[in-house]
Amino acid sequence: MKTLKVDIKKRCGEFILSVKFETSSDRFALLGASGSGKSMTLKCIAGIEKPDEGFICLGDRVLFDSSKKINVLCRERKVGYLFQDYALFPNMTAFENINLICRDNARTEELLKKFNIEGCSALKPAKMSGGQCQRVALARMLASDPEVILLDEPFSALDNYMHTIIEREIMDVLSGFDGPSVLVSHDRNEVYRMCGTIGVMDNGSLIDVQDKMGFFEHPATVVSARLTGCKNITALTADGFASDWGIQLELPSGCSAKFAGYRAHFFEMVGAEQKGKPNVFEVEVERVIEDTFSRVICFRQKGNKSESPDSLLTYITGKDTDAGDVKFLRLDPSRLILLER
Amino acid sequence: MDLSPLWITFKISLAATVFVFVTGLLLAWGVTNLKRGRAVIDAVLSLPLVLPPTVMGFLILISVGSNSFIGKILDSFGARLVFTWQGAAVAAAVVSFPVMYRGIRGALEQVDINVIRAGRTLGLGEFKILRRVMLPMAAPGILASVVLSFARCLGEFGATLMVAGNIPGKTQTMSVAVYTAMQGGDRELAYKWVAIIVAYSLIILVGLNCLPSLRRSRR
Repeated sequence: MKTLKVDIKKRCGEFILSVKFETSSDRFALLGASGSGKSMTLKCIAGIEKPDEGFICLGDRVLFDSSKKINVLCRERKVGYLFQDYALFPNMTAFENINLICRDNARTEELLKKFNIEGCSALKPAKMSGGQCQRVALARMLASDPEVILLDEPFSALDNYMHTIIEREIMDVLSGFDGPSVLVSHDRNEVYRMCGTIGVMDNGSLIDVQDKMGFFEHPATVVSARLTGCKNITALTADGFASDWGIQLELPSGCSAKFAGYRAHFFEMVGAEQKGKPNVFEVEVERVIEDTFSRVICFRQKGNKSESPDSLLTYITGKDTDAGDVKFLRLDPSRLILLER
Repeated sequence: MDLSPLWITFKISLAATVFVFVTGLLLAWGVTNLKRGRAVIDAVLSLPLVLPPTVMGFLILISVGSNSFIGKILDSFGARLVFTWQGAAVAAAVVSFPVMYRGIRGALEQVDINVIRAGRTLGLGEFKILRRVMLPMAAPGILASVVLSFARCLGEFGATLMVAGNIPGKTQTMSVAVYTAMQGGDRELAYKWVAIIVAYSLIILVGLNCLPSLRRSRR
C-alpha cells in the first residue's frame, strides 16, 4: 500500500498555506471553510500549483522536493483529480472523453457500462445531467490508472438526490481502489460518511488531524468544533463563567479550557425551581425556525446584553415541543466540549 | 479599368494571413503558457498595432533590404523582397500580426482553465491538449481573428508603399491605387476603387457576423 506524504508551504500574497500530513489506505478528508486552503493543497499535490518549499511523496516516488529541485510534471504524476465542475472536454462525447485517455475502445465501453452511462456514450457534456457528467468524469479519471485519487468537492454542483447516489458510486470506486485518496469538503456529514481520518484546515494551516470518531467527540479547536456542527460555543473565564452565554458553568475541577461548546440537541428542559443555578439558562426565545423534522429554538440568557453572535444559542427539539413552554434549559456539564483554543 | 490591384491585394492578404495564422497561433499559445515576462513579450508582439505605418515600413526595410542580413541571404538565392509583392505581403503580415495574435490569445484564454488542468492530470501532453481540446473550443474566436486579420491586410498602406513601392500590375494594391488616382487627378477612378474597397470590406465583415459558430455562442 502506497503512502502519500505531504509537507508543503506556499505563499500567495497575505495568505500562507502550510500543510503537513500523510495518508495511505485510510481515506483522508480535508475539512474547512471556503478559502481555508484545502483546494490549494489538492492542486499542489496534483502539480497544478507549485509550492514554495517542502516535499510531496507518493510511495517511493518523489513528486515534489524543493531542496532537490524536483517538480514532476502534472501529467506524469498519475493523480486522479475529480473537479467540482467535472471539467469534461466539452467538444467531445462521453465516449471520446474517456477514450482519449485510455485509447482502448473495449476499456472505454467497459467503463461506460460500469457507471451505467452507456446511454450517454454519444452525448456531449452540455446535453448530459450533472450526475451523468460526474460519472463520465469518474470513468475518465479511472481510465488514466491513477495512483492517488483527489476529490475536490465532487458533489457541490449536484442536487441532494444525485449527491446521495454519486456519493455511493464514489465510495464503491474508492473501496476498490488500492491507493491513498484525499477528499476536500466543507460538509461534515459527507466527510464523516466517506473518510477515516479528518484534517481541519483554517486560514491555510492544518490545525487538527484525528480519526473521525475522535474528531466528532473531541474536536481540538473552536474551528474544528464548529466544523463538526457544534452550534453553541462560548469563551470561558478562569472561574468557569461562560462569557458569551452569560451563565455560570460547573466545570470539572482543574479544567483549564478557554472555550466550551455544547451541541444543540443535548439541552434538557427543567422547571422554575432550577432558576439561577449553575448550568441553567433562563430562556428568552428570539426566534423559532421550523425545520423538516425538528424545531430550532434560538434563545439567549435573559438579560444577557452581550453583542457577540455566540450569545444567541440554538436548541434543537422535536416538533411536539412548544416554544412557549421552554422557560429553563439545563446543560449536562459532562457533555460540554472543552477546548483549549 | 485595370483590375490588377484587386487581385494583387487578394494575393498579398492571403499569403500574409496564412503566415500570420501559423506564427500568431504558436506565439499566442506560447504567451498563454508563460509564467514570467508576459507583459513585456505581449507588448512587443502588439507593437505594430500602435506604431505609425511609416515606422513599420522603415523597420521592415532596414531588416530585409539588400544591405541587411536577411536581404543578403535572400540575395544569395537570387530572391528579393524590396519592390516585390512578396515584400508587400511581409509588410501586410507585420501590420496584421497583432490582430491575429491578440484575437487568438483571447480565444485561448477563454478556454476553461480547469478543462486544461484536467487534461494535464489525465496525462495528456501540452500539444495534444492544444490540438484536441483548446483549438476546438477556441475555434469560433480563432476563425474571427483570421477574418479580421485578413481584412486588416486590405487596409495596409504606409508600410506597403515604403517596402514594395507603387508598381502598377506588380505591387500596386487597392489602397495604393486610390492614392495614385487622387494624385493623378483621376477622381473617377478613385471613386471606383473606394466603392470596391468599401464593398469588399463590407462583405468580409458581414461574413464575419454570419459565422455560424459565433451566432451560436451569442445566444
